[in-house]
Amino acid sequence: MITIGMDLGTQRVKVVVLKDGTVVGRAQVFAGFDPAKAAEQAVTDALNTANLSLKDINHITATGSAMDIAPHANSTISMMGADAKAGVFLIPKARTIIDVGAEEARAVKCDDRGLMTEFVVNERCAAGAGAFIEAMARALEVKLEDMGPLALQAERASPINASCVIFGESDVVSLIHRQESKPEIARAVFDAMADRISAMIHRLGINPEVVLSGGVAKDPGFVASLNRKLDLTVTIPEHPEYIGALGAALIAATRAKGTPK
Amino acid sequence: MSTQTQTPTTPTKEEFWRWHEYHHIMPNIKPTNKDIITAGVDVGSVGSKAAVMVNGQAYSWGITRTGSNSPESAKKALNFALKDTNLKLTDLNYVVGTGYGRVNVPMANKAITEIACHAKGANYIWGPSVRTVLDVGGQDIKAIKIDATGRVVSFLMNDKCAAGTGRGMEVFADLLQIPIEDIGPMSLKIEQEPEPVSCTCVAFAKTEAIGLLRKGWSKEKVLAAYTRAMAVRMANLINRVGLEPDLVVTGGQSKNVGIVSRIETILGLKCLPTPNWREGALDPMAAGAFGAALLAKALYEKEQKT
Repeated sequence: MITIGMDLGTQRVKVVVLKDGTVVGRAQVFAGFDPAKAAEQAVTDALNTANLSLKDINHITATGSAMDIAPHANSTISMMGADAKAGVFLIPKARTIIDVGAEEARAVKCDDRGLMTEFVVNERCAAGAGAFIEAMARALEVKLEDMGPLALQAERASPINASCVIFGESDVVSLIHRQESKPEIARAVFDAMADRISAMIHRLGINPEVVLSGGVAKDPGFVASLNRKLDLTVTIPEHPEYIGALGAALIAATRAKGTPK
Repeated sequence: MSTQTQTPTTPTKEEFWRWHEYHHIMPNIKPTNKDIITAGVDVGSVGSKAAVMVNGQAYSWGITRTGSNSPESAKKALNFALKDTNLKLTDLNYVVGTGYGRVNVPMANKAITEIACHAKGANYIWGPSVRTVLDVGGQDIKAIKIDATGRVVSFLMNDKCAAGTGRGMEVFADLLQIPIEDIGPMSLKIEQEPEPVSCTCVAFAKTEAIGLLRKGWSKEKVLAAYTRAMAVRMANLINRVGLEPDLVVTGGQSKNVGIVSRIETILGLKCLPTPNWREGALDPMAAGAFGAALLAKALYEKEQKT
């Protein structure tokens, strides 16, 4: 049984090739202005890493904001459904999955079979998603991947407006003018993000164990701020940015067998 | 006769966000040392406004960009208002500071919230029939209910999001490379009003608006769809505070005809018109400063009595 899950996110397309419950190939490509073309490329790349071709695949399931235009897809699954499925597959005790992507953040509660029971979403607002960190890194003139390590050097955080990317940018610029330290500004950015995400999760109610996924989960600065804010230690799976694609590939496997979801 | 003068900061081609900074003196008022001279200084997040009043009548005002330093911006705005008058800082009997930077107005005798000042200022500009004021500032949007004397009855504020604020509009002007003062008229140059965009986030607009342009939308249509969505948000805020005519719009966005006309369409009523500030009429962008100068007069008189 070989399936593909593809996650057409707002920034990148991620693809996972799954063979009998094991990931045998994965790839990601920048979505740009043509996510369908990027998805095509990501599928080709992922199949190459697995030494497989499209004809070997039993079922392809797409998820992500652009799932409706996914090439080759046999079916689709909601992003929350994919998060829940993959979260429990990777961490069997997981009951809350937080997924922080480039332009959206979600918290999903699920049962022991990885079925989603409740969720909350932050969308249509760049504050509270990866876009916020990116914009603040640009304002700070720091590389995105350096933001986390920088924040970890700080003992305290500078005050910034965290409710809006546009206001946050102005605040960061004036903090730089006042010669506040970059680590303290960077920490403020992650603390602000963690506040937003934690407020979102508390609307849902936390069910341990909490898994953090999505591209932003790879940022040590954000993880530190979120752990401090939630007063617990979130579990981060390997390759957290592939959680949606993995969930879709797992769903594809159940659909290919014809078993009910 | 207008004595309006332009500053050297006239918009250039590269600075689409730059709006009109100016000062104005009312030609028919000649202040003497028997008069009560007061001033209001409204240091906003984007614009700093100062108004000078003679016996409670608007005499001069100045509108300028807020810099990174609030006390300096306050001084700059007040000096701009006093420019080419015979008045000096020391002639002012009482000064009220207001706005986002109100605690940092060094020459102020007292600081008062911008909500109270906009209420008073709207009452001064349009008269006692005003009951609802929509103040769209640089970084927040307020819907204020007022009584016939210009006192605040209740208010609601959105300060969490740049969509529709002056700062948001500046980013938009740069993004679409349209001078900010052309955005309103351009947004109305469409054959049919498009559906409002579902997401007004200014940060996301950086990619979404470009996507719409690539799909073949004209800049006018993109502006219409965004302006409509922002007007819907403002109308919702007004409805939540409770719309009661007459309605007026103050703050920088009172100059955006695209916003004001769409609010009128959505709410199904006409706002009292924005005075022709380019011809020297009272500028609703400076409503907070006018209100502050009036409140300064009242405070000065109270002080003299005791």
